[in-house]
Amino acid sequence: MPERQSTTRPADGTAGPDPTPGEESAGLSTAPAEEEAAAPGSGGGSFGGVRAPGLRGSLAWTGREIAGWSRWFWRQLTSMRVALLLLFLLALASIPGSLIPQDSVNAAVAADFRERNEGLTAVYERLQLFEVYSSVWFSAIYLLLFVSLIGCIVPRTWQFVGQLRGRPPRAPRRLTRMPAYTTWRTGTEPERVLDAAQRALGRRRFRRVRAETSVAAEKGYLREAGNLLFHVALVVMLVAFAAGQLYRTEGGKLIVEGDGFTNTLTQYDDFQSGPLFDVNELERFSFDLDEFHASFAREGPDMGTPREFRADITYWQEGQEGEQASIEVNHPLTVGDAKIYLIGHGFAPVVTVTDGQGETAFTGAVPFLPQDNALTSTGVIKVADYRDENGEWDQLGFSGFFNPTFRLDSERGPHSTFPDPDFPVLTLNAYQGSLGLDSGLAQSVYQLETRNMEQLRDEDGEPLRENLAPGDTWELPDGKGSLVFEGYERWASFQVSTPAANGWALIGSLAAVAGLAGSLLIQRRRVWVRAVAAPEGHTVVELASLGRTESSRIPEELGELADDLLPDAPVLRDPDPDPDRVTDPAAVRDAGDESGADADPAADPAPARNPAPDAARVPAPGRAPGTQPADSPEGAA
Amino acid sequence: MNLGASTELTDLAKLMIYSAMGVYALAFLAYIAEWAFGSRSKVARTAAALGTGDGTDPAGDGAAARQPAVTVRKKSGTSVLERPEIVTRSASPSRDHLPDGPGAAGGDEQGDMYGRIAVSLTVLAFLLHTAGVLTRAAAVQRAPWANMYEFSTAFSMVAVAGFLGFLLARKNVRWLGLPLVTTVLLDLGLAVTVLYTESDQLPPALQSVWMWIHVSLAIICGALFYLGAVATVAFLFRDRYESKLAAGGRAGAFATSVLERLPSSVTLDKFAYRINAAVFPLWTFTIIAGSIWAESAWGRYWGWDPKEVWSFITWLAYACYLHARATAGWRGRKAAYLAVAAFLCFLFNYYGVNMFVDSLHSYADIPD
Ligand code: HEM
Repeated sequence: MPERQSTTRPADGTAGPDPTPGEESAGLSTAPAEEEAAAPGSGGGSFGGVRAPGLRGSLAWTGREIAGWSRWFWRQLTSMRVALLLLFLLALASIPGSLIPQDSVNAAVAADFRERNEGLTAVYERLQLFEVYSSVWFSAIYLLLFVSLIGCIVPRTWQFVGQLRGRPPRAPRRLTRMPAYTTWRTGTEPERVLDAAQRALGRRRFRRVRAETSVAAEKGYLREAGNLLFHVALVVMLVAFAAGQLYRTEGGKLIVEGDGFTNTLTQYDDFQSGPLFDVNELERFSFDLDEFHASFAREGPDMGTPREFRADITYWQEGQEGEQASIEVNHPLTVGDAKIYLIGHGFAPVVTVTDGQGETAFTGAVPFLPQDNALTSTGVIKVADYRDENGEWDQLGFSGFFNPTFRLDSERGPHSTFPDPDFPVLTLNAYQGSLGLDSGLAQSVYQLETRNMEQLRDEDGEPLRENLAPGDTWELPDGKGSLVFEGYERWASFQVSTPAANGWALIGSLAAVAGLAGSLLIQRRRVWVRAVAAPEGHTVVELASLGRTESSRIPEELGELADDLLPDAPVLRDPDPDPDRVTDPAAVRDAGDESGADADPAADPAPARNPAPDAARVPAPGRAPGTQPADSPEGAA
Repeated sequence: MNLGASTELTDLAKLMIYSAMGVYALAFLAYIAEWAFGSRSKVARTAAALGTGDGTDPAGDGAAARQPAVTVRKKSGTSVLERPEIVTRSASPSRDHLPDGPGAAGGDEQGDMYGRIAVSLTVLAFLLHTAGVLTRAAAVQRAPWANMYEFSTAFSMVAVAGFLGFLLARKNVRWLGLPLVTTVLLDLGLAVTVLYTESDQLPPALQSVWMWIHVSLAIICGALFYLGAVATVAFLFRDRYESKLAAGGRAGAFATSVLERLPSSVTLDKFAYRINAAVFPLWTFTIIAGSIWAESAWGRYWGWDPKEVWSFITWLAYACYLHARATAGWRGRKAAYLAVAAFLCFLFNYYGVNMFVDSLHSYADIPD
């Protein structure tokens, strides 16, 4: 392996038990050390055991095999490595849906894409690339991930309960090996030092256990609790999301000023609901759009951009008086279980069509759909009950633009330059023939099916086109009747949805943040205090701590603990350092530094990766100055 | 609102940003000088500590660093014993004991002087930068992060604030100055040219308290993730350098000169991890805040809009990184690659999605 892959594990990348010499789980993670999955061997059963002769033997063998493989598979699935892989796959799998138009996100763009890329469409359809987030492969990844997640949470929860019940592990023999360590000599006897240590640790809310010569303490259990909370919250969020999809409803309705809407299925322009929603459960209410207000910047760099949209409505709930309310973008109206959102707005020219017989064939407001920010709008007028100049039943269709601030140029044709009706003009073409309304096929009210229609033309054969200001009348040729552009109304489109499980999603996600904060910011650490009487009569105090997670503050905390202890266990000073009384590593080290390391071959600095042996607790009276028992492999012997 | 006054203020804000860029440019030169003068120092501490090179350090020093020995420190002269010294020692046998580099100045006095000048200039530029952002806010009378220009200026402002904050907290981050100021200059340059918008007020879709919460959080997360990403890249270089030396190899003169002065790979890795780990919950909350906003604006809290998708991908990528660090065989370099990829996802979400992908979040048109 060319490169070291890990700073804390051997470079071969295997997941063996933590190789750190000395103490258990000195690694930086509280993640379970992964066992190497039982490698299926060759010959005989993959999981040991011989195949006994006879039916029974082979059944037992098969059972063992199946159980073994299932266990193997489960262990793989719930391993950290596979969780990592699945997370990674989920991220990758999310990408195509952001680049390819999705049916569920913007159906119109997706339809347009299909039209323009016929070749790709078939492939994409097959791969479910227009509906990535409900596709089989995307679902498979996240379902596996969540199975893995649950398979991970459950055992970890038990482990955690075990840890909560258990006691901090006793002090290891060699505290010198811990990431933070300090020691000093004191005149206080060991018992009292340990009492003080227990008090100090208690004040810091460590959980602690007293042994004969030491106190073991641990803190930061909330980290694991946070981690579990976070992972459980993920499951809650997924379930809430799924429930939301199954039970929600969402429908759109375009309403012209003065018109109303009743919340029943038939009234919607479009409606979707989750498979488990009972449409009879739709909240009962109705509302009228009294007025729609739109204002736009008239000056400045943002001229033409919207400033305010507001729909003033009156709504009725079952058996109640009507109430007034306003709906704005970002401020939906909640009625019972339902929420009403303001989604869009536009203009609806009001026209009256008189037929060839002088009868009114059509009158009303016809919503036109905005095409740009200046509200250049397109739409069609369908006149189904029409008799021509000869009294024959026929049909008329008009298609064209409504431009609130009209402008005509050769490049763009008729269009609007400002979204407010400063110079409103309706521009229309006319068609005669069958609208195709009775073909049985659903037809958009915004499109004219001109296959069986003929465009009206002037004497030169040019298509007729008329620009109308409000109040203008267009006389159709050959006595076919006329169209009056009476004026215009505004319309607003609303989305009415019944959300489901939103509360759970919110609770889940806030719990996830809280859990994460706990899991990433709380440090789990252990502290040991040991106090041993030295033969010379004083007490050697040792303090060590081990962060079980990446903690920066371990040494600082140990220092503060030492400060807490010092009043009870003041440092014993040797006014005149006597080599014969060198017993604690601190003094030893001092002495060693003074006289150099050359006095004793055994005092050679330990090889780089050779941890110091347990010398601290073995007093070495009588050693010559310059020996370094703490550092010397032979020192303890 | 008085439009005349606002135009004046907008121009003033722009002027401040330009001045900030000027001072950042000076700071940039000073950082360069710091690195240049610092290259005169030639202490190969890393090699010495690894015991493989021809460093001047007597072998004893490096070895002593990893021994759990303890001293009782005496105050000079009076010999009053203070608190016993805490000896730290890595829990695992590795390169943890490698000393951090001396910083860009490399112990060179002149270099250090330029470094100090650079930091002072950075502070000055930051003040101008902040004044520019605040003036812009006053001019438009709303949160100053409603378009890409404003977002970019706020973003680099927070990144510099983070850097200065770490310096104040006495973290070993002065080496970050040069890469940071370089990219801040690029970011501001892009902002005042390509992305500049005279925009004043907000369209209704953006008029919401969540605009303050969600977008400001996104800026803070992005800026801090950025610092983490720079540290991660530095880690990757430094780590390669160290492993090369540990394997007995030699690095090029330039690489040696530069990398030798960086903090050790372990320090860099920890620094990056701590930032990423601390920001991750915040990023999670940012996405949640966005969902709450989407719920009130569009009637659904999650709709797989491209911007949402890329926030999710970024989130997953950082989750991958955090998981990787707890997974055998993935710690170290592989995890670092994931962290860099995660930050690239963040960047793509900001630039890529805004520019190349059709998203509701572009607010360009009214739905339906
Ligand atoms: C929905 C997918 C998941 C996400 C978004 C996720 C996210 C995270 C995050 C952000 C952390 C960082 C907390 C820390 O470092 O302490 C974490 C830790 C952890 N996750 Fe997950 N996780 C997911 C699934 C899983 C699964 C399936 C498993 C089990 C195999 C798992 C096991 C763990 C463990 C053991 C830790 C603790 C690591 C440590 O102590 O350092 N996670 N997870």
